[in-house]
Amino acid sequence: MLDEIFSPQFVQLSLPPILIGALAAIACALPGNFLVLRRQALIGDAISHVVLPGIVVAFLLTGRVSTWPMMIGATVAALVAAILIEAIRRVGRMEPGAAMGVVFTALFAFGVLLLEQSGSRNVHLDVEHALYGNLESLIWLDANGWGSLFDARALAGLPPELPRLAIVAALIATATALFWRPLAISTFDESYAQSIGLPTRLIAFALVAAAAVAAVAAFEAVGSIIVIAMFVCPPAAARLMTDRLGAQVAWSLLFAVISAVAGYVIAGYGPLWFGLPDAVSAAGMIATISGVILAAACLWGPRRLGAGSAA
Amino acid sequence: MTATATAREGVFASDPDSRPGPLVVSGLTVSYGRAPALIGVDLAIAPGSMTAIVGPNGAGKSTLLKAVIGVAPVVAGDIRVFGETLARVRDRVAYVPQRASVDWDFPARVIDVVTMGLYRELGPFGFVRRRHREAAMAHLDRVGMADFAQRQIGQLSGGQQQRVFLARALAQKADLYLLDEPLAGVDAATERAVVAVLHGLRAEGACIVAVHHDLATLRDYFDHVALINRRLVAQGPTAETLTAENLQRTYGGLLAGTQIGRIEIAYAARER
Repeated sequence: MLDEIFSPQFVQLSLPPILIGALAAIACALPGNFLVLRRQALIGDAISHVVLPGIVVAFLLTGRVSTWPMMIGATVAALVAAILIEAIRRVGRMEPGAAMGVVFTALFAFGVLLLEQSGSRNVHLDVEHALYGNLESLIWLDANGWGSLFDARALAGLPPELPRLAIVAALIATATALFWRPLAISTFDESYAQSIGLPTRLIAFALVAAAAVAAVAAFEAVGSIIVIAMFVCPPAAARLMTDRLGAQVAWSLLFAVISAVAGYVIAGYGPLWFGLPDAVSAAGMIATISGVILAAACLWGPRRLGAGSAA
Repeated sequence: MTATATAREGVFASDPDSRPGPLVVSGLTVSYGRAPALIGVDLAIAPGSMTAIVGPNGAGKSTLLKAVIGVAPVVAGDIRVFGETLARVRDRVAYVPQRASVDWDFPARVIDVVTMGLYRELGPFGFVRRRHREAAMAHLDRVGMADFAQRQIGQLSGGQQQRVFLARALAQKADLYLLDEPLAGVDAATERAVVAVLHGLRAEGACIVAVHHDLATLRDYFDHVALINRRLVAQGPTAETLTAENLQRTYGGLLAGTQIGRIEIAYAARER
């Protein structure tokens, strides 16, 4: 195993996807903590469905498959969905889960219709790609060992998803740290937060917007399965480990990174250890690992329901 | 009697020569959609008083408090807090929501919740220093919860949770306290502790407005009462306002005549 880590192939083939997976997991798990506490965990699911019409519209407007217009289209679609969900919840007085369900199904269906009617289905926008991403293909051909990390020319050849996700993860982490206190107060007790003058609607919207940006950035690189899993599983498992919000967020980040790294390694090398010829889907394995961590936390977490009162 | 009393107090409160009243509500109509939750409510809270908001379920008691803190959708009317709009005097107002309005499974300890009360002082970025922690502990001590500072809030009983909410409000060092059902479903020890703290605040010159549902304890705890059922039915000193006629008008057929009779007999017996 150690030999593998020091081989040039590892830096070329495995390091970029592992880093990208970990950054995507961090970017999604951070807002996921607050979404889960607000009982809005489903919004990650909603956003990753809504991305489809956004991408199609961006393609129709620009006429080509390129990253930035599609990212922008997807983000706009996610924000439109967030506004629609809020509007339906307030105007229709609907339970949030139902409002999300209505919006993301309708927009996803609209995306499918657009895709069919516009002729853009001939373009490479297939469902499998959307679900599993293409983590294994995010390789760094310019690298020839760990030394390449200090080689400007080789660094220029990094898969663009890596710096993009690094920026998004850094932005979300900074925003979470800066607005920690208002975010925590308004998540715990919204009417109290309003009484002390916090802009609770703006905070709620900013949180969904951050989730949307994280989902869109991660979606393209790692697929929607990881996005949905990372919004929910690490925060939910972390909640069972501690009774403090700060510690919960720290645990969730740890679980997110463990899922990404272990998931990728097990998917890539695991079958070989058992003498099987092919690797399995990294995205699927990462999501599975996060689910296994959640299950373990449910069974043995020190703060699972019923365990807390004994302490 | 009530109408004239309201008008007189209202004029008194807006008299430029005297200090403005802690809370003056005029013509307040609130609506969440179809039927208004409150219609044309006039209310003037006397300085240094402890007022109970009383009325049947759905009468708009919580809505009244929410309108004051700017959460409920106000359709018409005017609300003045210490003669100003809320935004200018927010530091002088503390609100205690209903205990059931939050998820107590939230990952926070008792001390974390009380520290939220220091937000106006700390701001979004302020560092929680030793004196802040000590202040939070002192407020917890005042409600008899200092020993529970490190407990997860979900492990507390309902009454203990209520006291934590009160401690958080104390941390705001307000002049006007608005409490939504602070005595609903709490144990006897908590009821004593909460009432003692509220009476202490009143003695320090603060003004208290609380939604209250227990008619039997009303006269013992509160010096003023406002009876509402979407509209203001009556307001004034408890002894004069809490009459069988006013209760009947507030509760309509909901409160059987015998119940009111029983409460009256209980009061009469106590006063003798």
